[in-house]
Amino acid sequence: MIPEIGHFALVMALLFAMVQSFFGLAGAARGQAAWMGAGRSAVTGQFVFVAIAFAALAWSFIQKDFSVLYVATNSNSELPVFFRFAAVWGAHEGSLLLWALCLAGWSLAVTALSSSLQVRFRSRVIGILGLISIGFMLFMLTTSNPFDRLVPAALEGKDLNPLLQDFALTIHPPILYLGYVGFSVAFAFGCATLLEGRLDSAWARWTRPWTLAAWLFLTVGIALGSWWAYYELGWGGWWFWDPVENASFMPWLAGTALIHSLAVTEKRGLFKSWTLLLAVSAFSLSLLGTFLVRSGVLVSVHAFATDPARGLFILAFLTVVIGGALALYAWRAPQLKSNAGFELAARESFVLFNNAFLVAALCLILLGTLYPLFMDAMELGKVSVGPPYFNMVFLVPMVPLLLLLGIGMHAVWKKSRLQPVRSRLLGIAAAGFAIAVIAGAAVYGEIRPMATIGFTLALWVMGSSLMIPLARLRAGQAVPGAVLGMAIAHFGVGVVTLGITGVQSFKIEEDVALAVGDTATIGGYDFRLAALRDARGPNYVAVEADVVISKDGAEITTLRPQKRLYNSGGNPMTEAGIQVGPGRDLFAALGEDLGQGRWSLRLQYKPLIRYIWLGALLIALGGGIAGLDRRYRRATAAAPGLERAAAEVTR
Amino acid sequence: MKKNLRPLLPIALFAGLIVFFIIGLQKDPSRIDSPLIGKPAPAFALEALDNPAVQVGSGDLAGRPWLLNVWATWCGGCRQEHTTLLEIAREGRVPMMGLNWRDDRSLALQWLVKLGNPYVSVAYDPEGRTAIDWGVYGAPETFLIGADGKVLHKQIGIMTAEIWRRDFLPLLAAQGGGP
Amino acid sequence: MTPRRKRMLAVLAVVSGVGAAAILASFAFEENLLYFYSPTQVHAGEAPDGRTFRVGGLVTSGSVQRAEGSLEVRFVVTDNLESVPVRYTGLLPDLFREGQGIIAHGRLTESGDFIADEVLAKHDENYMPPEVAATLHTPAPARTTQ
Repeated sequence: MIPEIGHFALVMALLFAMVQSFFGLAGAARGQAAWMGAGRSAVTGQFVFVAIAFAALAWSFIQKDFSVLYVATNSNSELPVFFRFAAVWGAHEGSLLLWALCLAGWSLAVTALSSSLQVRFRSRVIGILGLISIGFMLFMLTTSNPFDRLVPAALEGKDLNPLLQDFALTIHPPILYLGYVGFSVAFAFGCATLLEGRLDSAWARWTRPWTLAAWLFLTVGIALGSWWAYYELGWGGWWFWDPVENASFMPWLAGTALIHSLAVTEKRGLFKSWTLLLAVSAFSLSLLGTFLVRSGVLVSVHAFATDPARGLFILAFLTVVIGGALALYAWRAPQLKSNAGFELAARESFVLFNNAFLVAALCLILLGTLYPLFMDAMELGKVSVGPPYFNMVFLVPMVPLLLLLGIGMHAVWKKSRLQPVRSRLLGIAAAGFAIAVIAGAAVYGEIRPMATIGFTLALWVMGSSLMIPLARLRAGQAVPGAVLGMAIAHFGVGVVTLGITGVQSFKIEEDVALAVGDTATIGGYDFRLAALRDARGPNYVAVEADVVISKDGAEITTLRPQKRLYNSGGNPMTEAGIQVGPGRDLFAALGEDLGQGRWSLRLQYKPLIRYIWLGALLIALGGGIAGLDRRYRRATAAAPGLERAAAEVTR
Repeated sequence: MKKNLRPLLPIALFAGLIVFFIIGLQKDPSRIDSPLIGKPAPAFALEALDNPAVQVGSGDLAGRPWLLNVWATWCGGCRQEHTTLLEIAREGRVPMMGLNWRDDRSLALQWLVKLGNPYVSVAYDPEGRTAIDWGVYGAPETFLIGADGKVLHKQIGIMTAEIWRRDFLPLLAAQGGGP
Repeated sequence: MTPRRKRMLAVLAVVSGVGAAAILASFAFEENLLYFYSPTQVHAGEAPDGRTFRVGGLVTSGSVQRAEGSLEVRFVVTDNLESVPVRYTGLLPDLFREGQGIIAHGRLTESGDFIADEVLAKHDENYMPPEVAATLHTPAPARTTQ
């Protein structure tokens, strides 16, 4: 009964989405207030029914209803209730429902919180969001129905993939999807602007907080994914340049370029058509990512369903949505011209470079991700592009970007006025370099050129970011949200750089064969296999090891890595033991029984790795603080000319 | 002139991308051609699932086209394709032999009783050695063997009516159909 | 418009330079473009000597040999037509087992052995998004003879 209700709710949600898009767009085109009102109300209806569908699926999972095929394939009676709920988005169909819920949620938020927007513009935005919703509902109802019944019902479910049975499953996908899907708002704002043929840049101010919000969710979501992969996979990697990861990273790069470009468009009315293109691109990359991981077109061992019918549907959807937006862009963009100029070392210039480097990296990553597809399509062989390519094409543009970042933060609009901060910046650069060399040598015992560059850039960015709020505080001035947020976010970028440099330059990984009582040493730490025993959990049995870590004779901790075998069958699973310290992680994972009383273990020393995720959280925090700046919470939309004047004064 | 063409660049690039994707989708990567296609079907003689004293083998159905379906009770996809298999059996065009792979004998028998039995006979391969000879690395998989004993086609994954119609029937027709 | 043009050209030049540098540098890494060969292709001499590539297939039953107590393991990878012996030192992925599909990453020696520096089990679930291919392509359960 409940699954049927869920199915019915999806159909209702589709109908509401159709009403939403028709009346939203037609109403705006014809200036009909009643129609536009209907479009707005339909958003609530759509959200309610998607929520009902989601609740129905969640209920089926919690109640262990194995007569629903999706539940039977992804859950089982021994699965703890916590994971039974999270299993809702553990596979293709359910995760689509999560997508739809996020989209409906964002649509509702935009409708509710944008009373200051011009009515026709808002209606268009709602209409466009409705079109996207229609696409996802249709996709689910025609090819990927989570409520399909299994007749006769299974006595026992197959189980949720043990790799997913972890706390991170409950938060990573929802947050990630809120980010991905959230870019649809910027997309809709951009398309509405193009539809209306607007020549001003008020839309940039309206779009900024929404874009920041989506972007910060995506930042956290990606960081969570990386952290989860690190401790769950058992092998200590935190980024693999896998197509699925790239599918979330590319929208993030576009989104980062977008939030910077929006600032210029809002403040100075420049880069209008470029910013519009970016707004369309960010969400397009989200959709592209969805296509890549669900269509089977890329042989990633990590992708979802390899069903060509689904692939064709998404491709068609992609073509309509992105093709439509790009066609709009081709039509309207030539009319958007701006005449304002700016000097070489003005803020606009630095944003230009920021965008240029981010987009260059993005395009190269896209190329690498799609290259195997091109090669295969043209029958040129089966290739895969390895991490060294991606590392190179990402890191090379990042070096000049980070360098310019430290300077650009201090630039003013329109004019080159960096002279006042020049000496202080040089001081920070010199200090950063000195610390990088000295600390590097002291802590890690060696000086490596790449590491020195990395640490110097990290400290440079961190120091430069702190300069601004500190200067204001010292002068007795208040630090507005936008400025503080920017400083924290950029500081976070420095912290991420610090972490990446540390772990990539100085990590140590070794596979060893140990018998009980043996010790292996890496990075100055002694790992002793003290004991091996059997253990059991709610739905698994395991072999557990005691690995005692000491340094210079003093015991630090005992790690307890496990090798688990889940009751539902399948391959063994590794649970790593990790010890977190202020400057490094220590990591031990069990391999297998080698015979003669020895077991293989993988031991790792990972310096500064936590700073990667800490930095990412800081970036998101900064974004959040900036987004909550009072500017965006003003009730009335001031005229663009006044906007600019006001901005000049406060800067 | 160039200025006016520039906004068309994004959509042009996008169109090119779509073309590649369409080509890519046609080349369904799960349809990896088995090296067995065109070669004689690997011979085997195993215990019948329902009676260990009886032998079931690749020679039983020789001289006519036949199907070998690899399945197991722990395989979710096998569950999904079962109704399609029953329909194929009902059509009676070509006999289907089952290869029960790495499974529990009593569970497998219960499955057939409960869900229906589309097979003329079922070979019991608990250790999976015959499956490896046939290049099986997952379930379900379905093979079409010609009247001359050569492997004509291999379906990796769930059998659907669509796949049956699109991939198997044309090959059967070329063989001269079935009795 | 001219200062604007000049600026755009400057940016374009810088970015192109950076991009070109990145691509050129990545071509210097031979390991970046990894070609995949089946055991049959390796036997036919299609795979490069001394250069890193990937070979994949099923792990032949009974071929896995490990010197007792050592990290070194030998096994044979086959596509049911031809086989390639593989040598690997280190931890094998959890999904590695006889009869299962794997991809090994390494190089071919003159003796015909493939020395792997990485072994990936097919459907190696080393990333979060779940494998629905499990429904289409279920690996066998952990019980039975081993």
